Amino acid sequence: MSSENGKRFLETDAGGLNFEATELTLGLPGEPRVTSDGGAKLGSKRGFSETVDLKLGDNSQEVKLGHSLQEAAKSPVSKTQVVGWPPVRGFAKRGKKSCKYVKVAVDGAPYLRKVDLEIYNSYQQLLTSLEDMFSCFTIRNYLNEKKTDQVNGIEYMPTYEDKDGDWMLVGDVPWQMFVESCKRLRLMKSSEAVGLGLTTGPKYSSTN
Amino acid sequence: MAEQMSDDDERQQSPPSDLDFTSNKARTCIVTGSVSGHTEFQSPYPDQVLGNVLENVLHFLTSRRDRNTASLVCKSWYRVEALTRSELFIGNCYAVSPARATARFTRVRALHLKGKPRFADFNLMPPDWGAHFNPWVLAFAKACPWLEKVYLKRMSVTDDDLATLAESFLGFKELVLVCCDGFGTSGLAIFVSKCRQLKVLDLIDSELSDDETDWILCFPEGESHLESLIFDCVEFPINFEALERLVARSPSLKKLRLNQYVSIGQLYRLMVQAPQLTHLGTGSFSPSEIAGQGDQEPDYVTAFAACKSLICLSGFREIIPDYLPAIYPICANLTSLNFSYANITAEQLKPIISNCHKLQVFWVLDSICDEGLQAVAATCKELRELRVFPVDAREDSDGPVSEVGFLAISEGCRKLQSILYFCQRMTNAAVIAMSRNCPDLVVFRLCIMGRHRPDHVTGEPMDDGFGAIVMNCKKLTRLAVSGLLTDKAFDYIGRYGKLVRTLSVAFAGDSDMALKYVLEGCPQLQKLEIRDSPFGDAALCSGLHHYYNMRFLWMSSCRLTHQGCQQIAHAMPRLVVEVIRSADEEEMDVCVQTLYMYRSLEGPRNDAPKFVTIL
Repeated sequence: MSSENGKRFLETDAGGLNFEATELTLGLPGEPRVTSDGGAKLGSKRGFSETVDLKLGDNSQEVKLGHSLQEAAKSPVSKTQVVGWPPVRGFAKRGKKSCKYVKVAVDGAPYLRKVDLEIYNSYQQLLTSLEDMFSCFTIRNYLNEKKTDQVNGIEYMPTYEDKDGDWMLVGDVPWQMFVESCKRLRLMKSSEAVGLGLTTGPKYSSTN
Repeated sequence: MAEQMSDDDERQQSPPSDLDFTSNKARTCIVTGSVSGHTEFQSPYPDQVLGNVLENVLHFLTSRRDRNTASLVCKSWYRVEALTRSELFIGNCYAVSPARATARFTRVRALHLKGKPRFADFNLMPPDWGAHFNPWVLAFAKACPWLEKVYLKRMSVTDDDLATLAESFLGFKELVLVCCDGFGTSGLAIFVSKCRQLKVLDLIDSELSDDETDWILCFPEGESHLESLIFDCVEFPINFEALERLVARSPSLKKLRLNQYVSIGQLYRLMVQAPQLTHLGTGSFSPSEIAGQGDQEPDYVTAFAACKSLICLSGFREIIPDYLPAIYPICANLTSLNFSYANITAEQLKPIISNCHKLQVFWVLDSICDEGLQAVAATCKELRELRVFPVDAREDSDGPVSEVGFLAISEGCRKLQSILYFCQRMTNAAVIAMSRNCPDLVVFRLCIMGRHRPDHVTGEPMDDGFGAIVMNCKKLTRLAVSGLLTDKAFDYIGRYGKLVRTLSVAFAGDSDMALKYVLEGCPQLQKLEIRDSPFGDAALCSGLHHYYNMRFLWMSSCRLTHQGCQQIAHAMPRLVVEVIRSADEEEMDVCVQTLYMYRSLEGPRNDAPKFVTIL
């Protein structure tokens, strides 16, 4: 049963609702806990059930560590995460976790795959994952401007259809905007993509 | 009945002493018009007649509260009631032992057991705390072989328990597991293969492991008696072809709730086999991964239209909103709609909800925003229950719903009885308005997700809002509070919440007075769960007069000490006082992390894990 619990914890999102009560807190026993509203109400004793989010990458917005600016902004400094709050059942994954499934089509492949964009944090992660999925094809690593080994001599450009029905090159917009607007992905043969005028460089690199 | 007959046989001239009262009455009734005080029996055993009458009459008594009262009249009523009770409800599995329960109630057909307290759902209780079904199933297997229905909530059930259930009770018909854990597909496989009379198998919000046994395949061949099959909480794939065959041979099937591993194409195939369904959980409501581009899509609209009895719809676990229009044909019949897994917008909701005139129960995500709630309010005039869940359950996330949607609901849905509403901001004015617009409210649960958050317009605490609810909603029995609350809110609750049975408190109150107000003011209080609030030993002591009337009290991360809890334990011998530690705590810490106490006839349980200390 505890392994089931562990699995559940890993599956929660970056909001980190389900921290173990064993995580360390900062501060001495009896010291008031810092809360985001200035600590007007001090409910309890030393915080077994409250923890401080020790993700160093979020404590300082200057330290990028591969997180996007947008993600750092979402987790403000010294925000405490509380076990079991808000009281939404942990394993009732609702909407957010698995809502962003998009179909991935690869030119020439007989089947589609589906990926959940929510589980990735960057273009790099997404493309690496796609490469694993369709390992017999090589995806042109457009964003890093380096040409991958052309094993079968075929290169693919990652493209996507957005909310307006337009086909865009993956990498043109910030990651979060991409996640929200992407309806489906298509790995297009590079030769075809040239004809669509999608050869301009991306505005956002994968380190954003 | 056998007991009474033997009593009658033993009687010679005078009736047995414990039947004195009833015998006299019987004689008086039978011998009407007799002049002298001498008795003349018109039938040999009036007590037997009375017993028969009583038994027949008590069969009609179904409410357990009425039965409890009836059993207190006298010993024979106690006995007959015990013999005629067919549905046994035990709200706390540790309040009474299986032995005691089976000794008193020998002819039980249905057992309803509840285990862990609700806060266990939010990871506030370490795993393996207890609430094992095992001793119950063993006791009942020996004593009540006619048992045919078991309903468990928050209990630990093992595969062995499922096997015992299936093997010990011939003709077992219904198993409902809500928020349970501890079992897997192998247990299910044995269970379904041996219960040939099975009508109901409902797995709701339960956690089970994938032992890679194909349990669907284990349903016996031939026509099945299945009326309800619910497995939407199962988080791994099932054998669809076997399921399809099962549905095809279950002509009585009315309720079917699929998990997210059933695609919409597969849903179609099932619906075509079972147009008689009344309750449908639609699974993922999106196509499977392996779908060719440009495949002919089945006619989902027709499939839904054929289900003329469909009144309850849920599922939509991975919804692709493009498919939503398929449900248009049945919207007008729906009384219950659960969109709480469907991340849809107001625009996507409107065409659906505008047809749901008969809707009484609606569960939804806050992705529909205030605008979506306004659409609900405009159409769903029969709404009795609304639950709005957060897509992003964090304290600092954007709040798509607020007092605006809340107010709209209160104005449009006047018959509202139950509300659960998660939001980031709220105002007293909106809550007060709801208290006036919806006087039939029985359940009011408002969760302002930011801790200690005040009225976002006035900056005031939320005291007046919740105060208005307890004042104006005279039928209120369940209340959950949130936001910035001072002791004043609890003063209101103690003063006006006279029917409140369940109260949930988190991050609220200023001092012990708050808890005192509640414990002294709410005579019907049964279940009190409190977390992270500044209540200490003094407050705890103010409830001594009431704790035996309660099912349980939960207090975590408050200001209780071992000494204070010890005092309670000494003062009240029939109370089990559990102090629950989290993993990193020392055994003899002064402060108590979690107190869970409950009345019990049995004293301290013998299956408590190491992290539980029973005082």
